[in-house]
Amino acid sequence: MSVRRLAKIQPDSFAFSKETRAKCDWWIAKYPADRRQSAVIPILWLVQKQEGWCPEPALRAIAELLGMPYIRVLEVVTFYTMFMLEPVGSAALIQVCGTTPCMLRGSGDLMKVCKSKIGPKDTLSADGRFTWQEVECLGACVNAPMAQINDYYFEDLTAETMGQIIDDFAAGKRPEPGSYAGRHTSEPMGGALTLTDAALYDGSAAKPIKTLPNSEPAKVPA
Amino acid sequence: MPIAKVNGVETEFEPGMTVLQVAERAGAEIPRFCYHERLSIAGNCRMCLVEVKPGPPKPQASCALPAAEGQEIFTDTAMVKKAREGVMEFLLINHPLDCPICDQGGECDLQDQAMGYGRDGSRYAENKRAVEEKNMGPTVKTFMTRCIQCTRCVRFVTEVAGVPDIGMISRGEDAEITTYLEKAVDSELSGNVNDLCPVGALTHRPWQFHYRPWELKRTETIDVMDALGSNISAQAKGAEVMRILPRVNEGINEEWLSDKSRYIVDGLQKRRLDRPYVRDNGRLRAASWDEALGVVAARLTQSQPDRIGVIAGDLQDAESMKATLDLFRALGSANTDCRQDGSALGVGPREGWLFNSGIAGIEQADVILLVGVNPRTEAPLLNARLRKAWLSGKTEILVIGEQADLTYEYSYLGAGSKTLSKLPKPAADLLAKAERPAIIVGGGAISGEAGPSVLNALGALAKKVGVIAEGWNGFNVLHTAASRVAGLDMGFVPADGGLSAVQMVQTGALDVLFLLGADEIDASASDAFKVYLGSHGDNGAHGADVILPGAAYTEKAGLYVNTEGRVQMAERVVFPKGEAKDDWAIVRALSERVGRTLPYDSLDQLRTRLMADHPTFGRIDYLAPAQAFDVASLGKKGDLGDTGFVSAVPDPYLNNPIARASATMAELSALRIAPVAMAAE
Repeated sequence: MSVRRLAKIQPDSFAFSKETRAKCDWWIAKYPADRRQSAVIPILWLVQKQEGWCPEPALRAIAELLGMPYIRVLEVVTFYTMFMLEPVGSAALIQVCGTTPCMLRGSGDLMKVCKSKIGPKDTLSADGRFTWQEVECLGACVNAPMAQINDYYFEDLTAETMGQIIDDFAAGKRPEPGSYAGRHTSEPMGGALTLTDAALYDGSAAKPIKTLPNSEPAKVPA
Repeated sequence: MPIAKVNGVETEFEPGMTVLQVAERAGAEIPRFCYHERLSIAGNCRMCLVEVKPGPPKPQASCALPAAEGQEIFTDTAMVKKAREGVMEFLLINHPLDCPICDQGGECDLQDQAMGYGRDGSRYAENKRAVEEKNMGPTVKTFMTRCIQCTRCVRFVTEVAGVPDIGMISRGEDAEITTYLEKAVDSELSGNVNDLCPVGALTHRPWQFHYRPWELKRTETIDVMDALGSNISAQAKGAEVMRILPRVNEGINEEWLSDKSRYIVDGLQKRRLDRPYVRDNGRLRAASWDEALGVVAARLTQSQPDRIGVIAGDLQDAESMKATLDLFRALGSANTDCRQDGSALGVGPREGWLFNSGIAGIEQADVILLVGVNPRTEAPLLNARLRKAWLSGKTEILVIGEQADLTYEYSYLGAGSKTLSKLPKPAADLLAKAERPAIIVGGGAISGEAGPSVLNALGALAKKVGVIAEGWNGFNVLHTAASRVAGLDMGFVPADGGLSAVQMVQTGALDVLFLLGADEIDASASDAFKVYLGSHGDNGAHGADVILPGAAYTEKAGLYVNTEGRVQMAERVVFPKGEAKDDWAIVRALSERVGRTLPYDSLDQLRTRLMADHPTFGRIDYLAPAQAFDVASLGKKGDLGDTGFVSAVPDPYLNNPIARASATMAELSALRIAPVAMAAE
């Protein structure tokens, strides 16, 4: 991670779209009126969803919406690395996990592909359609190596599948998220080995519950 | 009270105290960076580690740990020392070793504590982190590489100053202190963050590289930039005041100081009057003391007593005013006035022109009505008190006058006299129900023609809502001039049949007009022979026919009475410039030449006389307890008219001759008028 700064080039203004604004109001309504700044993180998410990133005028708009000082919004947006302070690729933002399990399973190869197809890390590609980043653990180690692209996890990647996915995004397609090794979620390769009895799922193994666990007072030994 | 053991010694403490406070009470010194008595607890520097039993067998941050009955606290065990050495080593990983070129060097908490807890060598061979400098405005110089992220500055501007401009962005190793888009800190208390900074990350920009702290001679004196009389330590190198820092006075400034009082120092060096001048054929030329005094004496003796008059300025000490008043009374003149602003104060009981609740006492008020006053510009530290009261949630604030950003919320009632004559019902009810209501009235409401009637209406309101009750006097006048209360206390107002300041400067009113440091009144219309006694070549000196160079407030010993009526003694820090003399001594010399020699030869004799004539001056540093008086008798009943109350201090950075001579004040003033654009650059 490096020092996070606001982008040098910023739009002149920002306006909440109608949908974003409606969602903001939903979040704000969850908190007492004098504590509405609690909604700052969800609203930053919404703004990022709307704009693709968090431009500076949006930070001020959020501060004004929530009645908090500008600097407090800046503190939050610079603290959390999931908030993009610079414009990102319009087709795909690729976040390759580089933490140990993924690294051992070949995330270095994925990054090489990204570098050759898109360009340097953390930089918007020349055509403005792609950005790739190396991020810390995304919590899908069992499917390593993996990358988050826009909102979805793409797992069990290889250099070839990674290249194919980038090409698909470039061609305007929407590649399927999930495992690219032909398995269902994080099941073992070749299919599930446990809990395979069909009776577990048709209701026949179920028994009526007589008492709820821990519902009786504990018996004190005499 | 509960009892804890500190290093084996039993110590009583009040419930709610932290381990650090209990240890301090027991006399054990605990090193700290982030903890500060007057700020919220952050607990992020970890320097205050102590060992506590019962508790986990590891060091604990004492600043954030509540003390408990029967606790055993150890502050000097081997474990504690080792833990603090560890913290210190981590702090020094990224802190540069540039003490020889750092302004904080010699008075740096990190430097001092490294003496106690630092290792003799470094185990760290990697590069230190470098952080870009930040712009925080004309008062704050940043060297962010030195920052240890204690966040004292963030907490100060957010909590005390009420201007949440500073924050900590990013995180971990990359955390940086900055303002939003490096905008200047928009606070009149911003200089205090430089004092609070335990290292050299934030230092005083106006004084950067001007001195080393150990070269300075420190003199404890009194500030005159507003009427609060903040306690200051003026520090000089040779003949020059290099800096002004606050001293602790819980009753007045706590331990803060406003930017104006602090950074005025360069104004003390510029545009100084250092020799007498006499006007010849429309041009001022340098003259000797002998000649200048001779000219003035001749004019004074030749004129009729009712054709001479004196106006005293805003920064005058009580002694020089007393000497001048005595001289003019001896000459038979009734034309004496210290109220350049033409305010209606000065008649009736002394309580009628005092800030009766006291500056600290105002925190006790539950409803405060501000009338024609902007405390943020007129007395920033009083504004900090009002904010503190408001933050406590027990105080409601109402405003009649300008609708300014005061850093706290208030109910706005209206713009001026019309609102005062008919207070909205909810506000009137609130005041009437309040247990300790207070009214703070500023010069903006009670000067001018309607002044006496506004004062009278306020008095009637005060009486009606019970502003004065047993043990409580909430009738408060906030003056803007440091000299005003002293002037009114000694009766520096027109005697029977005398002209007021405003009348004296009219065309043809007088033959000789003596301006005792009076720069704020426009005397250009007056065709009188004008004598200016003062320290700076400012408004008063520009039109003067004779200039007598006096001493600025750091150059003379003197008594000042603050807006509460507290008499305080200022000391001489450096000598007056060039041939300039103490103001009272000039008046004394003049009295001899006009044949009315004043009966005192030394400052002590003058003070003795002052205290004999006006006993209130004899009680130094004394704040009288709340006293009842007939508040309804103030002013004169009359038509309030329909005027908006405007603050008496539109621009605090340009409202006295010293401030107008200061480059720093000019910078601060420019920032007020045209705040730096906020858009992304």
